[in-house]
Amino acid sequence: MSPFFIITGFVTLLGAAFAMSLRNLVHCALAMAVAFSGIAALYLQLDAQFVGFAEILVYVGAIAILIVFAILLTRSGEAPEKSVLTSGWMAGIAVSALVFTMLGWAVLNSSAIPKETPPAPVATVKNVGDALMTKFVLPLEIIGLVLTAAMIGAVIIALKEDSQKSKSEVGGYQ
Amino acid sequence: MFDKLDQIFVTALHWLVSYVPEACRPLASSLICIAFVLSVFPAVFSVTTIFERKGIGRIQNRYGPNRVGIPFTKIRLAGFGQFIPDGVKMLTKEDIVPRAADKVVHFLAPVVMLIPVLLAYAVLPFGKNMTITDYDAGLLFFFAVGGAVELSVFMAGWSSRNKYSLLGAMRAIAQMVSYEIPLILSAVTVVMVVGSLNLNDIIAHQNQYTFGIAHWHVFTPWGLVGFILFFIASLAESNRTPFDLPEAESEIIAGYFTEYSGFKFALFFLGEYLGMFAIIGLGITLFLGGWTSPVSFLTWIPSYVWFFTKLMAIVFVFIWIRATLPRLRMDQLMNFAWKFMLPLALINILVAGIWHYMAADWPRWLVCSAIIFGAYAILGRSLMQNQNFGKRIYRYAE
Repeated sequence: MSPFFIITGFVTLLGAAFAMSLRNLVHCALAMAVAFSGIAALYLQLDAQFVGFAEILVYVGAIAILIVFAILLTRSGEAPEKSVLTSGWMAGIAVSALVFTMLGWAVLNSSAIPKETPPAPVATVKNVGDALMTKFVLPLEIIGLVLTAAMIGAVIIALKEDSQKSKSEVGGYQ
Repeated sequence: MFDKLDQIFVTALHWLVSYVPEACRPLASSLICIAFVLSVFPAVFSVTTIFERKGIGRIQNRYGPNRVGIPFTKIRLAGFGQFIPDGVKMLTKEDIVPRAADKVVHFLAPVVMLIPVLLAYAVLPFGKNMTITDYDAGLLFFFAVGGAVELSVFMAGWSSRNKYSLLGAMRAIAQMVSYEIPLILSAVTVVMVVGSLNLNDIIAHQNQYTFGIAHWHVFTPWGLVGFILFFIASLAESNRTPFDLPEAESEIIAGYFTEYSGFKFALFFLGEYLGMFAIIGLGITLFLGGWTSPVSFLTWIPSYVWFFTKLMAIVFVFIWIRATLPRLRMDQLMNFAWKFMLPLALINILVAGIWHYMAADWPRWLVCSAIIFGAYAILGRSLMQNQNFGKRIYRYAE
């Protein structure tokens, strides 16, 4: 384990922990952005440039902004008075520890994962692009179609429904 | 001899690094490169502020700063010493934090703004062999780190607990997200034609000459349209007039950095200008041939001179536009991005594909130009259709 890996891993875990435990929701969203950048740094350390940059571009640049906007539009942004931990947090930790041990045991004893580390495949950005345009062109097209449908749906939701209803809504604000 | 002059900084770096023990050489090399970026671009920034103030002054028929020169002498330097007292004033001012502000986020916002902007310089080729990190996916890196700037704008606007700040941040994020799409789509055309995301490969593709004229991408139909789209989108990304709604002084004071003073304000100011230089540098690299010369008989001029000349030329156009154009309205801004620039950028991608697969002859010039002109005319007319241009009617004044 290189010192760089330890630092980025620590920052990622810290960000994730803060994202769960801070009181103010906007702080949680910002802590999550830190965790995302940490994951991107880990990808870059593994020489997966495309995944690393896409992680920053999509998660830090877009998802975090989306979450922050959603928080601002739905809540007042004030921190809750009560503690963020529920009263049964001890039981929660016990259950999650149990699940983690089970999963870890299953993964370590699985025959599906080869014990020796395979040689690292050469995954340059060009290879990723070639694979997306030849072998995985159908999934790519389907994702594009789904995203277009989602976008059209969002536009339809945002459209004014009819003039009468929109008038009454405007009246409500005045 | 000119080759040596061209490579003088690279040679200097190698010479400096050779004095360090073998094990520390990569670290020393990167530290020197970081020092280069941290010293050169803030210097360009300080000179640009003077140029901007003096240039706008001239355009508005006044003098602009013309007093500050060398102290205790009569030398005035035509006001070019102004940035030093400006900087001293900024750094010595009291740092005021609003009582209701979220202290930690308020403190972190300018830092989060400046770091990604500085990171973006890591992939820009300033000259021949003068790229700090030669990433395989340099272009992607540039856009990825640029995405983090939006988060810092939100942090600044939200943590100040001020309605002007929050409004400014909301405007800024909406504008940046909208204009990032035509920005990236116009850059995609270059990637399609070159077949690489590496910025040095993109420059190598433009560093060829026919009849003494360089193969810059801006000299092709798709490149011209791509460059204009990229230019407009980069104006909007760096919050410059006519897209300066996020910090519109007359409406929302200074937008997201209303509640910042002293050093933090200086950091925002610096971050904004450095972001502008970085995005202009990328535009130069993608469309204007990077550090290459436009004509083959001028190739003896050092590559970094070409890069910085082009940079300052475009900065001058930015200043000129700032002194000339009025600010857009929010709806005009959004309509322009989504109804005009986005479709034109998509059509430009199609044109780049046609250009790539047609034989290198005059028909492809004709076909590509015809598609672009047709699309431009149709889009422009359909946008203008619902606008009632006539005498302006004032509802409350008069």
